[in-house]
Amino acid sequence: MDLSAYPLELPKGDCPMVRFMNVTKSYGSLVVLDNLNLDIQRGEMVSVIGPSGSGKTTVLRMLMTLETINGGVIYIDGKPLTHMARGGRLVPADEAHLRRMRASIGMCFQHFNLFPHMTALQNCMEGPVQVLGLSKAEARARAEELLAMVGMIEKKDQHPSRLSGGQQQRVAIARALAMRPRIMLFDEVTSALDPEVIGEVTEVIRKLVAEHDLTMLMVTHQMGFARDISDRICFFYKGKIEEQAAPEQFFTNPQKERTQQFLRAVKDAD
Amino acid sequence: MTFDWKWDFALEILPRLLRATLNTLMAAGAGYAIAMVLGLVFALALRSPWHLPRAVLREVLEFIRSTPLVVQIFFIFYVGPQVGITLSPWVAGMTAIGLHYSAYLAEVYRAGIEAVPRGQWEACRALNMTTRDSYVRIVLPQALPHAIPGMGNYLVGIFKDTPMLSVIGVTELMQAANSIGSETYRFLEPYTLVGVIFLALSLPTAGLVRLGERRLRRKLGL
Ligand SMILES: Nc1ncnc2c1ncn2[C@@H]1O[C@H](COP(=O)(O)OP(=O)(O)O)[C@@H](O)[C@H]1O
Ligand SMILES: [Mg+2]
Repeated sequence: MDLSAYPLELPKGDCPMVRFMNVTKSYGSLVVLDNLNLDIQRGEMVSVIGPSGSGKTTVLRMLMTLETINGGVIYIDGKPLTHMARGGRLVPADEAHLRRMRASIGMCFQHFNLFPHMTALQNCMEGPVQVLGLSKAEARARAEELLAMVGMIEKKDQHPSRLSGGQQQRVAIARALAMRPRIMLFDEVTSALDPEVIGEVTEVIRKLVAEHDLTMLMVTHQMGFARDISDRICFFYKGKIEEQAAPEQFFTNPQKERTQQFLRAVKDAD
Repeated sequence: MTFDWKWDFALEILPRLLRATLNTLMAAGAGYAIAMVLGLVFALALRSPWHLPRAVLREVLEFIRSTPLVVQIFFIFYVGPQVGITLSPWVAGMTAIGLHYSAYLAEVYRAGIEAVPRGQWEACRALNMTTRDSYVRIVLPQALPHAIPGMGNYLVGIFKDTPMLSVIGVTELMQAANSIGSETYRFLEPYTLVGVIFLALSLPTAGLVRLGERRLRRKLGL
């Protein structure tokens, strides 16, 4: 792969928080993301929607470095994430580089992935103590503050098995925030929840949008929610961005035939 | 042929057999401790990213599992000195048993580790944890309850295999019974007592292992 066309760093000043530059991802012969170009600005909330299998989750997983990429470069705050500069050129990132870069990214998963052998509080303290090197007292203070923010302080000593899905997901959000990321990724965080508890999770995300300067990328099937809180909607179709626009524009006046079809299908299903 | 069980003889040899039982327990305990540690090292090595060492280790463990323990005991004790490794019967026996059962425990651990959902690894990664911390703090504690039934089976297995150590002269229970037999020409009482002692120790172990598993699961909140 020829990387000479990619800058070692993006010019400082108005560089985006996240830049996908010609990113390609394939599993064997299956091309999942095809030459993706996407910028996300500092503090922007971008919702990713699209049919199942269109590559939405893969976009987040690449950013979280859970997947390697097959082509292109991802930049975080102007610095390469998937690669690193060595001898004046880009080479694939090593684990040390990934660990440095990952520090600014947090992720919440569809199935929460809380640590079942730890209480809600311990879940939120684990990263700060083991990874950031905070003292137990500092980590506890931070964790309790965040658990209060997501409305889970009363349940802080419960193990995940004693919590409902909505409660687990709120703890998972607190756990991710305890690492003080600058970018938060949400992958269908309400898809595994019963309808009556979806609201308690979306309320937390609303709060984050209103009160924090996080950059957020959210995969969701909740069109109303996405429309309410996003700065931009990205519609994925077969591994490409078919259409992207501000929510009002996107939902009231979609330009592409496939977008219109998708929105009609979603509306019919509701 | 008559079974003339003599109670007074049985009672007379019982203390000697019980003393030897302590050695048997020690042999089983030490062998198991070696097997537990070595097995974990092997299980982790089998998951390492280096292909060639992994493939070699897999074959070696397969070889250990598919050859009889008693051959391995003889080999280490009698062939060892020819290549400059002279071990006392105890050390040779512990090494053989530990190595043999580590090959089985490695499989038990591997299955336990693989039973931990992939999402747990991904959560570790998302929290930027090191591979070491991910294992020690997150994955191994969750793998342990899965591994305990298998670990319990092999604990009983190791215990039942300790008589093989008598072939190189370790003074465990079987060896003591053999000596009594050759000294007194009475075999009924010593061997019956050996069987009873093994039964009395094996039976509760299975129950204790089940109890331990339940306790552990509760303690971990699983
Ligand atoms: N580990 C994998 N191995 C092979 N194919 C995969 C893997 N992960 C995802 N895919 C495929 O990649 C495509 C995109 O997946 P994904 O990003 O999860 O889609 P979405 O989140 O939009 O539903 C799908 O066709 C899926 O089957
Ligand atoms: Mg998905």
